[in-house]
Amino acid sequence: MIQVRELTKFYGKKQVVGNVSVNIQRGQITSFIGPNGAGKSTLLSMVSRLLDADTGDVLIDQTNSKKMKSNDFSKRVSILKQSNYMNVRLTIRELVSFGRFPYSKGRLNDEDEKMVDQAIEYMNLKDMEDIYLDELSGGQRQRAFIAMVIAQDTDYVLLDEPLNNLDMKHSVQIMKILRRLVDELGKTVVIVLHDINFASVYSDRIVALKNGLVVKDGTTEEIIQSDSLKEIYDMDIPIQQMNNCRICVYFNS
Amino acid sequence: MRDLHKLLILAGLAALFCGVYLFHDLNGSFDYALPRRGIKVFAMVLTGVAIAYATVVFQTITHNRILTPSIMGLDSLYMLLQTVLIFFLGSSHITIINKQVNFIISIAAMVIFALLFYRLLFKKGNQPIYFLLLIGIIFGTFFESVSTFLQVLIDPNEFQVVQDRMFASFNNVSSDLVWTALLVIGVLIAFAWKQNSSLDVLTLGRDTAVNLGVNYDALVKQMLVLSAVLIAIATALVGPITFFGLIVANLSYQFFKSYKHSVLITGAAVISIVALVGGQWVVERVFTFNTTLSVIINFIGGIYFIYLLLKESRSK
Repeated sequence: MIQVRELTKFYGKKQVVGNVSVNIQRGQITSFIGPNGAGKSTLLSMVSRLLDADTGDVLIDQTNSKKMKSNDFSKRVSILKQSNYMNVRLTIRELVSFGRFPYSKGRLNDEDEKMVDQAIEYMNLKDMEDIYLDELSGGQRQRAFIAMVIAQDTDYVLLDEPLNNLDMKHSVQIMKILRRLVDELGKTVVIVLHDINFASVYSDRIVALKNGLVVKDGTTEEIIQSDSLKEIYDMDIPIQQMNNCRICVYFNS
Repeated sequence: MRDLHKLLILAGLAALFCGVYLFHDLNGSFDYALPRRGIKVFAMVLTGVAIAYATVVFQTITHNRILTPSIMGLDSLYMLLQTVLIFFLGSSHITIINKQVNFIISIAAMVIFALLFYRLLFKKGNQPIYFLLLIGIIFGTFFESVSTFLQVLIDPNEFQVVQDRMFASFNNVSSDLVWTALLVIGVLIAFAWKQNSSLDVLTLGRDTAVNLGVNYDALVKQMLVLSAVLIAIATALVGPITFFGLIVANLSYQFFKSYKHSVLITGAAVISIVALVGGQWVVERVFTFNTTLSVIINFIGGIYFIYLLLKESRSK
């Protein structure tokens, strides 16, 4: 379990995350939702130590993350951010191999190679593993980066808006893979999402943020309700039940 | 293994150039000419390796392939120091005439400046690296302006000596200094070499590097200090030559399509040995000392730099 304890972050004098405490359960997909500027990404960055919190702690399975070595932390928690600009040309396989860095420090042994193979297979990238990343489409690139995170083999996988710039087909593909990571491999996935319908259909729990504060935290059924959504987004959003999915019809509200 | 082949070819070329430089037209002067040429080759190899290493590392931590460590203002500080010493103490003072003394003063000044500078910046939390570079540019420009000011006022005969220091030269490197430099550079690189795989990860950007367990801030600080010290030694040994690093680092990137720093750094180092020794031979035999190596380096480097700028702007 990841326990977030009273995390606070200021940019200058503006508080972007204020005293947030949240528990993230193992073996589930937890989605962070909320309007722009709610502090979702900042919170995720602090949990994954990309950003130092001003105050507060993050406990990974009862251990304070501040007391963990950077390398040990990277074997427990992985984070995938949106911007993945690079200076070098890498093939998919080279990128995925970097996922083994916490274990191998660049010298891959047989087991590392096996893990890399598995991750590539898992993301259906086997037939293009020697293609360079800059020759790939957005969806393929995103899959390559997720393969790297899978090769990293952490219990917790954090993703910051992984569906950005992806079309419907690729978005669904990515979400299905994340679901499989949880159901088949027992991973814990935390994801920042903008589309509440993806959050509704794929996640187990939803944490809603607004103005740097947690306004709702509960199961998907609890959060995907018109009154809860009103509180989060200030919009009247009707909910329709379709094939066991609760769909928010927000387009004309 | 193709990278290894390329490296071996380059290393062979470097050895060939060194051999030609050492033995061409020696006329049996083994006792006189050979040791003197040997020291020069030694100095060129050392400077080449130091500059190549410092530049590749610096470009990796700044995520920028058209920067050189000279942006931190160390070259300008070196020139300022020489100008100030000559201006106030005169060109016949021991700090100018005695190579060892000058070497130690120069290194001390540059290293202390770099450490103070980093310390001051890192004390205020972790500043973005571009902030650091901007401050570096300001310092560099300031040092240059003060130097120019003093050079305008200085006695014309003394200015000759200052001008002599403006260009890197391998023609009168003292043999004692070469051994000291070898020791320091050797120890530094031996300690830093194991960070190569972490530097590979750094090319993926800060976020990915942190995700993969690299202690980003500590690594960047360590590598900044390392490249500053290497540059300080190379500059104090032969004069300002940092621009040279830009050429060899980029040639290495183009030649080895690799992301591995062990390959890139070794490649850049060997390329710089080829360029320096080959260039010096051309200066001595073709131009018969009518020009200096650093003039040629700056000329070719400048053209290459413009090419890089054009290439980068096209790829955006």
